[in-house]
Amino acid sequence: MLKGKKIAILGDRDGIPGPAIEECVKAAQAEVVFSTTECFV
Amino acid sequence: MSFPVVKGTAYALVHAGSMLLYQGSTQMTERLKNAQSDHLRELPAHLRKYEDAVGYPPNQAYIGNITPDELKEIPRPWHENPAAGAGRDGKYGEIMPEDEFFGLMKIVDSFDLVMLEEAFQDAVKEKLQAHQILKDIRDINKLEGTACSAAEIQTLVAEHGAQPLYSGGKPAGCVKKAHEFDEALSSEVMLGNLANKASAVLALRLLLAKTDLRPEEVDYIVECSEEACGDMNQRGGGNFAKAIGEMCGCINATGSDTRSFCAGPAHSLVEAAALVQSGIYSNVVVVGGGSTAKLGMNSRDHVKKGLPALEDMLGAFAVHISANDGASPVIRTDAIGRHRIGSGASPQAVMTAIVTDPLDKIGYKITDIDRYAPELQNPEITEPAGAGNVPLANYKMISALAVKRGDLQKADLMKAVDSFGMPGFAPTQGHIPSGAPFIGHAREMILEGKIERAMIIGKGSLFLGRLTNLFDGVSLIIEKNSGRGADTEDAGFDEEQARGMIAEALRDFAKAFKG
Amino acid sequence: MDLENQARIKELHDKYGSEDLIVVLGGAEAEASGLAAETVATGDPTFAGPLSGVPLGLKAYHIFELKEEVPAEVYEEQISMMEMVLDVDEIINEVKTYRQ
Repeated sequence: MLKGKKIAILGDRDGIPGPAIEECVKAAQAEVVFSTTECFV
Repeated sequence: MSFPVVKGTAYALVHAGSMLLYQGSTQMTERLKNAQSDHLRELPAHLRKYEDAVGYPPNQAYIGNITPDELKEIPRPWHENPAAGAGRDGKYGEIMPEDEFFGLMKIVDSFDLVMLEEAFQDAVKEKLQAHQILKDIRDINKLEGTACSAAEIQTLVAEHGAQPLYSGGKPAGCVKKAHEFDEALSSEVMLGNLANKASAVLALRLLLAKTDLRPEEVDYIVECSEEACGDMNQRGGGNFAKAIGEMCGCINATGSDTRSFCAGPAHSLVEAAALVQSGIYSNVVVVGGGSTAKLGMNSRDHVKKGLPALEDMLGAFAVHISANDGASPVIRTDAIGRHRIGSGASPQAVMTAIVTDPLDKIGYKITDIDRYAPELQNPEITEPAGAGNVPLANYKMISALAVKRGDLQKADLMKAVDSFGMPGFAPTQGHIPSGAPFIGHAREMILEGKIERAMIIGKGSLFLGRLTNLFDGVSLIIEKNSGRGADTEDAGFDEEQARGMIAEALRDFAKAFKG
Repeated sequence: MDLENQARIKELHDKYGSEDLIVVLGGAEAEASGLAAETVATGDPTFAGPLSGVPLGLKAYHIFELKEEVPAEVYEEQISMMEMVLDVDEIINEVKTYRQ
């Protein structure tokens, strides 16, 4: 499902941060086109 | 090795309802987009009275009138269950009302940017002249004969871009810009910086009033907030530290500003500890003032959910680090946790770097730490905003790490959280919640023999500065003083060091065994 | 959902279309994660950002839902600890609602 897809990542500082999700989706052979980490505090 | 000690702490809060409305970044952005928005219309009805902010249990925990453990026993919602016996003054500090704070902002303003309306200024002058720790502050005479009329204030705000100050719904004054074109000196920036300076001055003066430290004994000040002061040619030039020390009579001190988002205080404590342990300085103070931009940061969610606008407090604190006195809790400078550039961004990588790596270094297990003080954001503020219960999540992460390491059974995960955790009680002021609010409580609990040691954890979101995607984190362990004080330096045998060496040897042995 | 990020997602949608572009979330709890999924699917329900009344029709998944897609050792290293910390079932149930 992820392979070959373009991925926009909305990470969360207090959940899973963007770079950790990046590692996962890249390993699943998807292309990260945007990655950010939100912060509510 | 003679560790430096946590000699004293002080904590201040400032109720800042009108600054929430006018200078909180969420509201300022909204006002630019749509000044008639539903949020801006509805928000004023959600502002708290000063008395409600004083009675609010987390605020009472912050200034030391109740312990975090006592706070845990008060049922939520805390805004509906004021703390019994709550008061403005606490063991560690005070909660200042906004009108007096505007007076303090004017006192600490060296460039005549804060203008107060005549009747308002007269009233706050009287209050500050009666204030136990501010009545003898230098420049209190700035509140005499310098006021302006309501009409002048209106013109400054409407035609010259000044930031309005309101009290009781009425115009009370304004903060002017410090330069015609320089955005680094705009009225918005100047107001934020002056409020930051004023709240830090309050915290430092509280420290000097509540402990034996005399202003002239302070050698160095590390300021650790998240503001930047400077002009367009050096926007973060500094130096808040000396500006704050100047207002507190610290004539022998120099200082500088340390920044790392919410991890700033933890970095600063490590620096202070190093400066003292190295013998460069004897008395170092770490101080941080509050952030006006963060006031009401999540108020959209609070309004939508029918809650009071709980982010109406500026937070500030001051911690005195000194040479080992043989009694005060020590900072274990041999076990400083740090998130390294190469540590990785996953939560487990971050927590390993900050929590377990330093423990391994001195042979401690996760469960050897009696209390962890990670980001102590008040959950009543963060949960409605979608950030969950931040300290609880941190406790679960530490427990999960303990499970992964075999220090703990998975079934005991929540039991561990209960035993080394505490409810968050700090306002969402960025650097303020990051471990620092527990230092006063930890010091007292250790001195009373209730706990042996606590870990203070600061974590920072460096990616918000758009220069790197890196995260940051620093931790330090505060531990009961062995009582041997500075003598250990000459003792020839250091138990703590020996323990660390044995731990290291055992680890190497285990590694060799593995293969 | 952050207003700046709403604008970025809109740009990416216009560039790649809703077939090729997938949003992956890392939210700490169900409601906020659901809100983000809803925002990129049917528009910003809070009417605060650029996606107010703009149904992009994008599919959003929480990273917890993609466990099977990610090589096990990578998931273990990057995510697994947070499964013990956050309410996985609640988050997944909420996020998937917006992919109907």
